[in-house]
Amino acid sequence: MLLTNLEVVPGRRVIEHLGLVQGSTVRAKHAGKDIVAGIKNVFGGELKAYTELLQESREEALQRMVAQAEALEANAVLNVRFSTSSIAQGAAELFAYGTAVRLEESP
Amino acid sequence: MTEILVVCVLLALGYGFGTRAERRHYASIRDREEELAGVMIFSARLPPEPERYSQSRLVCGSVVISVDYFKAFVAGMRSLVGGRVTSYESLVDRARREAILRMKADARDLWPCKIFNVKLETSSISKGGGNTLGTVEVLAYGTAVAD
Repeated sequence: MLLTNLEVVPGRRVIEHLGLVQGSTVRAKHAGKDIVAGIKNVFGGELKAYTELLQESREEALQRMVAQAEALEANAVLNVRFSTSSIAQGAAELFAYGTAVRLEESP
Repeated sequence: MTEILVVCVLLALGYGFGTRAERRHYASIRDREEELAGVMIFSARLPPEPERYSQSRLVCGSVVISVDYFKAFVAGMRSLVGGRVTSYESLVDRARREAILRMKADARDLWPCKIFNVKLETSSISKGGGNTLGTVEVLAYGTAVAD
């Protein structure tokens, strides 16, 4: 599965558009990590635990999107976009969407 | 009285550790920016000659950075009189540059490459006291293309 946020795939032609595919996940913060983050708010600096948490969640959202695209028998997702929204205190939704397409086989 | 003392200690800790962390972070950002200067990034939606490239892949980089107590305090004071909040400017600047560097590093297996359609997304993931900025997340993503 090829993911790209361009509208075309360099060197390959789109033979079929299969529509929008999306994947999302809602994650809550870990209470323990939240305490650490509270302490970090005094000292400043990177919150590695959160960086990892968000990265994992985004990966998960992408995987769900890819699963949808696979169900449509697509072999690429174009124009992928991410969006993050905080839907409740301490919980965030990570959302990935794009257009599933079928590309001609690489030469 | 004790409350004032606690605030003073927190301010001193925030100033001391925060300034040191920022200085180190900027030094590391500058080093890595030099090292990764070969990877050019563009916000253009498409490469000028898309057919020239044979490989492409989505690349991302993200970072979560927290404000320190001193910066938050200074920003709080600043909001009384208005104007530039320099203490937050450096925070988001660091976060963006770090996210871009991580995105470039994610494209490592395609080097030498260019990254097109770069998008930056900033979100504030936790609020400090009095609805001030607490922690920001910056995500940078784009498509790395290589010959």
